[in-house]
Amino acid sequence: MENRPLEYDYTVAKWFMLSTIVLGIVGMLVGVILAWEMAFPAVNTIAGSGLAEYTNFSRLRPLHTDAVIFGFTLSGIFSTWYYIGQRVLKVSMAESKFLMFLGKLHFALYLLVVVAVVGSLLLGITTSKEYAEFEWPIDIAVVVVWVTWGMGIFGLIGIRREKSLYISIWYYIATFLGIAMLYLFNNMEIPTYFASGGIGAWYHSVSMYSGTNDALVQWWYGHNAVAFGFTVPIVAMIYYFLPKESGQAVYSYKLSLLAFWGLMFVYLWAGGHHLLFSTVPDWMQTMGSVFSVVLILPSWGSAINMLLTMKGEWQQVAASPLIKFMVLASTFYMFSTLEGPIQAIKSVNALAHFTDWIVGHVHDGTLGWVGFMIMAALFHMAPRIFKREIYSKSLMGTQFWIQTLGVVLYFTSMWIAGITQGMMWRAHDEFGNLAYSFIDTVAVLHPYFTIRAVGGTLYLVGMFLFAYNMYKTMTSSRRVEESELQNASPMGA
Amino acid sequence: MFHWLEKNPFFFAVAVFVVIAFAGLIEILPNFAQASRPVIGTKPYTTLELAGRHVYIKNSCNACHSQLIRPFKSETDRYGHYSLSGEYAYDRPFLWGSKRTGPDLMRVGNYRTTDWHENHMKDPAAVVPGSIMPAYTWMFKNTADIDTAYAEQLTVMKAFAVPYNKELPMADGSKATVALADTVEGARASALEEAKVIAADMKDQDVKDAVTAGQVPEIVALIAYLNSLK
Repeated sequence: MENRPLEYDYTVAKWFMLSTIVLGIVGMLVGVILAWEMAFPAVNTIAGSGLAEYTNFSRLRPLHTDAVIFGFTLSGIFSTWYYIGQRVLKVSMAESKFLMFLGKLHFALYLLVVVAVVGSLLLGITTSKEYAEFEWPIDIAVVVVWVTWGMGIFGLIGIRREKSLYISIWYYIATFLGIAMLYLFNNMEIPTYFASGGIGAWYHSVSMYSGTNDALVQWWYGHNAVAFGFTVPIVAMIYYFLPKESGQAVYSYKLSLLAFWGLMFVYLWAGGHHLLFSTVPDWMQTMGSVFSVVLILPSWGSAINMLLTMKGEWQQVAASPLIKFMVLASTFYMFSTLEGPIQAIKSVNALAHFTDWIVGHVHDGTLGWVGFMIMAALFHMAPRIFKREIYSKSLMGTQFWIQTLGVVLYFTSMWIAGITQGMMWRAHDEFGNLAYSFIDTVAVLHPYFTIRAVGGTLYLVGMFLFAYNMYKTMTSSRRVEESELQNASPMGA
Repeated sequence: MFHWLEKNPFFFAVAVFVVIAFAGLIEILPNFAQASRPVIGTKPYTTLELAGRHVYIKNSCNACHSQLIRPFKSETDRYGHYSLSGEYAYDRPFLWGSKRTGPDLMRVGNYRTTDWHENHMKDPAAVVPGSIMPAYTWMFKNTADIDTAYAEQLTVMKAFAVPYNKELPMADGSKATVALADTVEGARASALEEAKVIAADMKDQDVKDAVTAGQVPEIVALIAYLNSLK
């Protein structure tokens, strides 16, 4: 009995895998609609002018960001946690009825929140704060979901057999703590219905911070929601899946230590770079700017550690589309964490802020790094969860190239758009008057908006290929034996 | 030490929390009280303006329009005086935005009129050829939520001592008072009075009829808010 391998229970991982795929498609589809609306405004009324309230750009925009952050990405984080957690702690969810119950409860509550969020955002019930749009009843539900997950994490750690926590577990713990702290403080609000003795809408609330303070807290949150949603847990994934899939040991333990603690310390300071030249005090802006540049070190620490893990094994990149996804994800991570600090330099920010260059930066990070890594994780997990090989290797390769092309079109067009618009806003003629009216700076962007929409559409097409490949893998692919599941994932033609 | 932490999850979590909480404490706390003081001339929103602000938020206008003028010549030429911290003292939430797909609106009340907004919200491209802003026709039909705006006013007056019914110094040396009704019926009545002034400058017959019948369409509240941005 002692030598028999553990039977891990992947029920919850499987459920979150499905929500990753479904919410990914929903969020990206909304994103693609938004992109076409910017290129061709007639798309705003595509469902008729009667429904325009629910299909126009401004009502859909928070739905896009929240669906990809809290739908696609968060589902991916939860799914990989319920997979990696058991395996590196050497304990099965099946060993504890309580943890199993918590996991299932976690998923059920999460789905309820998703439904509430989609409904309320479409109705325009929002606090306006980016990535924190939810009103107080949903905020409370989010806290419950988060605490349920946290109890699951620490419960599993509590009954672990492997005493030392693997690097990925560090990052999951940090994700849990970081988001908990940020979310609580940013959403401090007073429900007006109760404070006023029962007047008006019951779900409405007012922020406890005003003006400049509100902005400061929001961007401390907003920037670090990126840290603890788009960076920390994704690093957790790559530290597990790249060594597993390639059969290579992590290049340097010391580098991973340095990168982890460096990232924890430095990231939180950098939120100020969203507020350069605003009304927050100058010293805070400078701190935000300086720490953003310092942030290159821990970010590149992780990324280089991953690329060096592939040392001497680069033929795998050519041979396996799964390795391609992860290596390109890591490369986009380096790229994005260099671009961000450049934009945080004050003189660059003066040009880039409020333009599409920022949108481009977000998307090379999310599409290239977060999206690719999550899809690679799902591809790696699927054969082990469903005991079937990945349905089609060639489809996976096709998806890789279509999506890579999509990302490249996206960020290159947004660079040009952003820098063009920034330069036109500040251009003066020979008499010192503004050279362009605002609408001139919008009209010039049309071709770039169109290219971006094409890029986004390509990425979405890749998502559909991904969903199809995963569906076939779950249902009709060739069954595989445990012995085939050592390193490289088995793939069909 | 790190090896020890990796075997002791509780202390590991504590260490992580201390390291990540540090920056927030140092950056956010010291300036908190200072940043929330109003400058002279800043007034809290009236019931109708606040209801309009809710319409602005409901439709995520802040997704495309900033309310933050940076201290550059090109921005002050285009939008007016650069923003001061105290001007936002009564803004809960702040609406600085993060993207200018459309122009900044911090001082739009200085250079646009009720009439301009009415035409523009109905068909942006007819007023600004080449505009990619969608039309907001439903605002002419939906009714603004005056009660919730009033509830918010009561809340901020109680919780944050926002100075309703108090004399406030204005930039020209005069005094101004923003009245807040004692009851929700009173608030509805004063919002309607304000709405009548706006509707008088509008052309849309349905909007005029609604206001005559005692209703406040969303567009009227929104225009009241936009006109207050100075």
